[in-house]
Amino acid sequence: MQTVHSPDFKRNAARALADTGLQKALGTAKGAFLVRRAQAVANLPEFEQLRDIGRDIKNHTLANLDFYLEAFAANVERAGGKVHWCSTAEEARETVLAICRSVGAKTVTKGKSMISEELGINDHLEHHGITPVETDLGEYILQLRQETPSHIIAPAFHLNREDWEADFRRLHTHLPKDRVFNERADIVAEARSTLRDRFLAADVGITGANFLIAETGSSVIVTNEGNGDLTQTLPRVHIALASIEKVVPTLEDACNMLRLLARSATGQDFSVYTTFSTGVRRQEDLDGPEQYHVVLVDNGRTNMLGTEFQEMLRCIRCAACMNHCPVYGAVGGHAYGWVYPGPMGSVLTPSLVGIDKTGLLPNASTFCGKCESVCPVKIPLPKMMRHWREREFERHLTPATQRSNLKLWAWFAKRPTLYRLATRLGISALHMLARGKGAFASLPLASGWTKGRDLPAPEGETFMSAYARQQRAKGRR
Amino acid sequence: MSKEAILNGIRRGLKRGPLPADQQAMLAGRLASHPRHLQPARAQLPRPAQVALFLRNVEKEFGTVERVPHAGAVPGAVADYLAAQNLAPKFVLAPNPELWAMPWSERPMLEFHSGRAEATDMVSVQHGFVGVAETGTLMLPAAPTRPTTLNLLPDTEIVVLKASGIVAGYEDAFDRLRAENQDALTGGFMPRNIMFVTGPSRSADIEQTLELGAHGPRRLHIILIDDDPAALAQDAADEAGFAPLPGAAPAWTETAPATDTWAPPAPQPGVAAPQADQG
Repeated sequence: MQTVHSPDFKRNAARALADTGLQKALGTAKGAFLVRRAQAVANLPEFEQLRDIGRDIKNHTLANLDFYLEAFAANVERAGGKVHWCSTAEEARETVLAICRSVGAKTVTKGKSMISEELGINDHLEHHGITPVETDLGEYILQLRQETPSHIIAPAFHLNREDWEADFRRLHTHLPKDRVFNERADIVAEARSTLRDRFLAADVGITGANFLIAETGSSVIVTNEGNGDLTQTLPRVHIALASIEKVVPTLEDACNMLRLLARSATGQDFSVYTTFSTGVRRQEDLDGPEQYHVVLVDNGRTNMLGTEFQEMLRCIRCAACMNHCPVYGAVGGHAYGWVYPGPMGSVLTPSLVGIDKTGLLPNASTFCGKCESVCPVKIPLPKMMRHWREREFERHLTPATQRSNLKLWAWFAKRPTLYRLATRLGISALHMLARGKGAFASLPLASGWTKGRDLPAPEGETFMSAYARQQRAKGRR
Repeated sequence: MSKEAILNGIRRGLKRGPLPADQQAMLAGRLASHPRHLQPARAQLPRPAQVALFLRNVEKEFGTVERVPHAGAVPGAVADYLAAQNLAPKFVLAPNPELWAMPWSERPMLEFHSGRAEATDMVSVQHGFVGVAETGTLMLPAAPTRPTTLNLLPDTEIVVLKASGIVAGYEDAFDRLRAENQDALTGGFMPRNIMFVTGPSRSADIEQTLELGAHGPRRLHIILIDDDPAALAQDAADEAGFAPLPGAAPAWTETAPATDTWAPPAPQPGVAAPQADQG
């Protein structure tokens, strides 16, 4: 599995804030997804109802997950495919390697897959002499740069056009050095022509799966480039990697989820390619793979069932939460230190790798609630981050100063009269200190806050006293 | 074995044992009846408006469209499109009897082979199964008569679709497939592959800016055959003098196509027998 760098979140975030290239990329990208999503949602009046239905479909599936997985597996096998049940990442890696070896594979093309990143498939294949080739444009340049994705649907979110040009010039040595990239389309065209031969030569194609359909035993991928389809159509063997919560009961259920997915992700009404794979190529088909394998991965998911994190298993990986997150927007995806960044990562990562290694992530939030409000399946992400904070506190993982400060605050909070007195004194003192400036650029004991932003100065009275005053005023009327 | 471990893990998490038989029967019933959910109102329209919505959505997603009055006009439309795009008049044709029956010899400049696409094919002419009006999406189920590579390898894909194949939503598309496709391997209706295609290939991986023509076709052109009188706006229908009865075969289907580069292949199992998906 990819090494977990989440304990370094604070350092990573500080570095990200100072990284001018990253800040430029985030600035360029920011807004594009938001505007497109808002337009797509505005153009579909039923969107809110579809979200409720999507949530209910996923809840129903999770409550009967054993049944639907068995039904899915039976239908895969009916269509000549094979299902490999894998409890751990290691088991999944070994399974993929064994399939590749069984056909003497030398190169493997890959569609974009986050579960592949989670399992660490590429390193494992490479280590055993098989060359994995990422074919999604974003994943491709990251493989060239030996980097990991910083976003779950736009892996190269952190790069600028200059980076693409420089890397292609540096690494595509088969092309003239003095070639000119006039526009982005030239970069895309170069990747297209370079990768075309790899598609044709590959022995095995590995994709992820956005959904699995129990009714038909199909795996579904949703893409825009067409690389995933080339990956699962041209080689002799197609391996679909999927975690167990990807299953939905029927095609009709999938249709509802698909109406939510593209709109929430890229703001498209529908992605360019939504493809259902069911088993092996049929006897009289002229193309398609001879072998179809589904590697069904648990890797910690079953442990989330029955806990306050079960609802996280509804996630369809659209990335709307990170696109709308102020923290993600400020520091980018790499700061989170593992495969899944942003709000969904701050809930999922602790579930999969342990809160002891990832305690900072549920704290990397302003609790503005935007993530939950845009989630297509209404996952209560802020509530779950709070649950993780509680667990962290219970297990004494919270830093000592924070613990003692919380205890101090709790002592006051349990004594309302004293609490109101103390806050009133504190607030009027701060109000006087601010002398009408509205905000503090620096303040003793609060440098941690004021280093990155101003501290707004209080208006002079507490909420409780303002409320009491207004109630009195109402009473007089 | 991990299958049991995973299933037991699920049951442990859900704090229950294996589902009781009645619950399993209920779930099996849900799979068998596959109930629909909410259908967006936007595509629930009278036929002419539904077809217009389909075409509008195709163009919104950077596809192009031409309407032709009958199947006999398709070869001309293909030839003219390729000429207008400054493309060589060469293509791979889906090995579909409906496409074969079109009068290709009327356009002798056209050169084609019929089969799956190879890396050298720059243009494909594919047989469309269904068009989904809701988002301007083509449904292209794989079949011996509709190879998947035609949707992927060429730079330009031309899809021949009948107006009678345009439906409101994806569920309607699947219902057509359920009704018309019989898969020999599974006894069900799903082929190995179904592609839903909405516009030409694209990527926004560079600075979240859209570029067309990533790995799949750079151009997607739809030739729509107006075979459905109900789908024509009334005034357009009058103007075109459209009155053929459904099922009436145009005269030219009686002559097999003949070109210099291609002759109708000998009947083969699975190719000669038209798939039951002729919409």
